[in-house]
Amino acid sequence: MDRIAPWLQTNWDHRAAGNFIGGGTGSGLAIFAAASELAGGNPPRAAYVLAALFIVAGLSLVWLEIGRPWRFLHVFFNPQTSWMTREALIAPPLLIALAAAAWHGGAALAAVAALLALAFVYCQARMLRGSMGIPAWREPLIVPLALATGLAEGAGVLLALAIVAGAAPSRFVLILALLSLVARWIAWAAYCRHLARRGAPTATRQALQAIDLQVLVLGTIAPIALIAAALGFADYAGPIALAAGVLGLAAGWLIKDTILTRAAFNQGFAVPHLARLGAVGSDSSTRPGWS
Amino acid sequence: MTRWAMVADLRRCVGCQTCTAACKHANGTPPGVQWRRVLDMETGHYPDVRRAFVPVGCMHCDAPPCRDVCPSTATRKRADGIVTIDYDLCIGCSYCAVACPYQARHKTDRASFAYGGGPSPAEAARFDEGRLAVATKCTFCVDRIDAGLEKGLTPGIDPEATPACVTSCIAGALHFGDVEDPASNVSRLLAENRHFRMHEELGTGPGFYYLWD
Repeated sequence: MDRIAPWLQTNWDHRAAGNFIGGGTGSGLAIFAAASELAGGNPPRAAYVLAALFIVAGLSLVWLEIGRPWRFLHVFFNPQTSWMTREALIAPPLLIALAAAAWHGGAALAAVAALLALAFVYCQARMLRGSMGIPAWREPLIVPLALATGLAEGAGVLLALAIVAGAAPSRFVLILALLSLVARWIAWAAYCRHLARRGAPTATRQALQAIDLQVLVLGTIAPIALIAAALGFADYAGPIALAAGVLGLAAGWLIKDTILTRAAFNQGFAVPHLARLGAVGSDSSTRPGWS
Repeated sequence: MTRWAMVADLRRCVGCQTCTAACKHANGTPPGVQWRRVLDMETGHYPDVRRAFVPVGCMHCDAPPCRDVCPSTATRKRADGIVTIDYDLCIGCSYCAVACPYQARHKTDRASFAYGGGPSPAEAARFDEGRLAVATKCTFCVDRIDAGLEKGLTPGIDPEATPACVTSCIAGALHFGDVEDPASNVSRLLAENRHFRMHEELGTGPGFYYLWD
């Protein structure tokens, strides 16, 4: 049977999803740790190390996926138009900045790392936007969604890190985390709505709808409620924030894994006019698998 | 300026897949990889049912999204409109494959052959290890075109200089030529018949036209 209606792409699998998960979480963590430091807070230095590890893990997963891994230096050849090249070019200075921020400390280094992290996650978002063959990825609102969920994931890790480091997260970090969850929900809802309005493969919309309730309840309402509780009950702020962080992080990873693997149906084929081979009747067209 | 393009007459295509077989033979693609495919599309409900055979493959777009995303510059577009892949540069990241809205790109990680473990003599003659683990796709038989031009032949007119799928078509449904030349075979077909290009709304400017009326 010919493949005509959109089918699930298999060129990028969970390893590619891992790059977007690691890159987004690591970048978000670096940005929030720097924001906390710039606001006079004292985030654990381990946050920068962990951010670098997330990013390296993501890039390593991609390296495992490419067909000719020993040609990896060729990835730097097209900064003119390729967001993959741009992502690769930003990665080394970002990792150096994160190492410097972790080793040396200081607001200036943290700010540099945060700016590079923002550029890195933006490149990742534009990589998806440039994938014209996958309607769920080329949707323009994938860019704010990828940025927002990266920030929310980073906030989640920072909340969890606080208790590991033996301290409750500051009110500043809690409020930033809360705002990032709200921003992610807005970006997610807008992305899904816009995708439906512009038209998408039926299976793509079904895959996104399948996680909508989880993203809303477990990934947004529950962690927001927990953060509100942490703000109100300072004595228990640490464990409550940990739970909120884990939920916020898990929802972000679920969103990305779904978009990268389960909702990634390709364009399929369509014919706007069918030839009239002796048929009686008007012109007709066909576009299987779209709604 | 030359702009090579292909024209498929949907009124003539009978879905025999001879073009698919000719492409596989000419280019030695492995099992499961078809640079030229013919879709068998059915629409409607009994008794008002229609069937169309639609050849597809790389559309050699004016603005190929595969070229723009390629991080290694392996994918390029020639001045004559043919989109090429440099197998020595390609890293096999498949970014081009997800950027292509025509599902025209393939990647095969391991050698495989039609009849079990070893290659047939024809497969052995065309096997190229450089095409493993990298992106591949229809080339419009660019080697035939270039070799033919060197001999003074006209692609689309002289079979030796024409893509294998076009040359093999039993129904005269596939045509190839220079759409920038108003006197060419394809230009005349496009001027005399109603036509469309697939997914034109995406703005890629495919170099593959379909005649329908």
